[in-house]
Amino acid sequence: MSPLVKNITRFILFILVQVFVLHEVPPLHKFITPYLYYLFILWMPFNTGRGVLMLLSFLFGLTLDYFLHTPGLHAAACVLIAYVRPFLINLLIRQEGAEMTYASPSLTSMGWAPYLTYVLVLTILHHFYLVLLEYMAVGNFLYFIGKVFASTGVSVLLIFITELLFFRKERFRTNTA
Amino acid sequence: MFIRRFSNFFFFLVLQIIALSFLFRFNKFHEAMFMNAAGEVTGRFSAKYNTVEYYFHLKKTNEALVQENAHLRNLLLQNYQAPDTTQKLVVDSIKVDSLLKVQRFKYYPAKVVNSFVTMQNNFITIHRGANQGLARHKEWGVISPQGIAGRIVSVGDNFSVVMSVLHHSFKVNSVLKNGPETGSVSWDGDDPRYLTMVSIPKSAHVAKGDTVLTSNVSDIYPAGIIVGTVAEVIDDKSSNFYKLKLKAATNFSNLQYVYIIEDLQKEEQDKIEEPLKKNP
Repeated sequence: MSPLVKNITRFILFILVQVFVLHEVPPLHKFITPYLYYLFILWMPFNTGRGVLMLLSFLFGLTLDYFLHTPGLHAAACVLIAYVRPFLINLLIRQEGAEMTYASPSLTSMGWAPYLTYVLVLTILHHFYLVLLEYMAVGNFLYFIGKVFASTGVSVLLIFITELLFFRKERFRTNTA
Repeated sequence: MFIRRFSNFFFFLVLQIIALSFLFRFNKFHEAMFMNAAGEVTGRFSAKYNTVEYYFHLKKTNEALVQENAHLRNLLLQNYQAPDTTQKLVVDSIKVDSLLKVQRFKYYPAKVVNSFVTMQNNFITIHRGANQGLARHKEWGVISPQGIAGRIVSVGDNFSVVMSVLHHSFKVNSVLKNGPETGSVSWDGDDPRYLTMVSIPKSAHVAKGDTVLTSNVSDIYPAGIIVGTVAEVIDDKSSNFYKLKLKAATNFSNLQYVYIIEDLQKEEQDKIEEPLKKNP
């Protein structure tokens, strides 16, 4: 499958899973909202331009917003992690030069520890910004912190289950590709 | 050049500003910003999904509708029979044909295609829109078979978006069934099964299990629709008012059918109140 078709499919699937599965699950606790959709942004290829990545994330977030009737909320959080992503990748894998030899971030291309850090940092950032915007009107600090960390825990767990279920074998990029 | 060097950062800022302006001009967004057109698309997806989901809720939906039927049957005249003929019962309900001009509230049924309880501000999507008789610029109340459910915020061609009671901007004026005390009911964002009612004076006799109804000054609902029952009376020592925790009458996680309420005399009421609002 070409990367374009693959990413379009992912775009649709992640939105549908987030809206019709994860948001339909009865809340376990008031702190926990399971989010998985932004994995789409985490899985984008290394060589995506920064402007393109941000624009795509904006559209991706806005699509989810249209489904959930939260104008701009998820779009803002998605744009933030899309902006931070290249800095983080540079920081984590500059030495190995994985972005030259592999197509996109994954367990195999980055290794367990850097990939875990990558997922964790972006998840916390995403949730922090999202919940901050959501609670701007309400304001309850304990609630805010509790929700950020509880939801981060659940999201990271979901991401790793997804990684194990849909194991992505990253091919080496060659000149012919 | 400086702008070229930081072009990514500026692009980031521009996108953030667009997103945040959507977020903070929320009501404008619902009117404009393709919300109606997008609502048609997302509504279609939700309707497809609901055909599957609905099947799993059939039992509970049926139960709710049967209970409502039983409640309505209890109101029928035939059920009331006096033991002797000196007492006479007369029909005290509206004959729709002859008294149409004094009808105030009109009900339309609608199928729920999508509803959330997992967020801080929840919405319900229903499969009825402008093509099925909902005017776009009008206030519509929405109730479920069990109690109040929300109000319509956006009307599309075939789908409409309802602001659920589980939304921070939602407030409804309510009254205790046992007494004349009124208060305001809203949702505090914690648990979708419980609502909060404030400003009930401490002189009120309120106990656990009391029913709370919509009051006669509520702007979109008829009086006497169930809001919930008192689950806990919270005694705030610093004020003269009780705070009540209510068990919501409507089960929001299992909403399949709702009724939309049209207030046919609302325009007249608004017209006569308008000058007073301008110069109090």
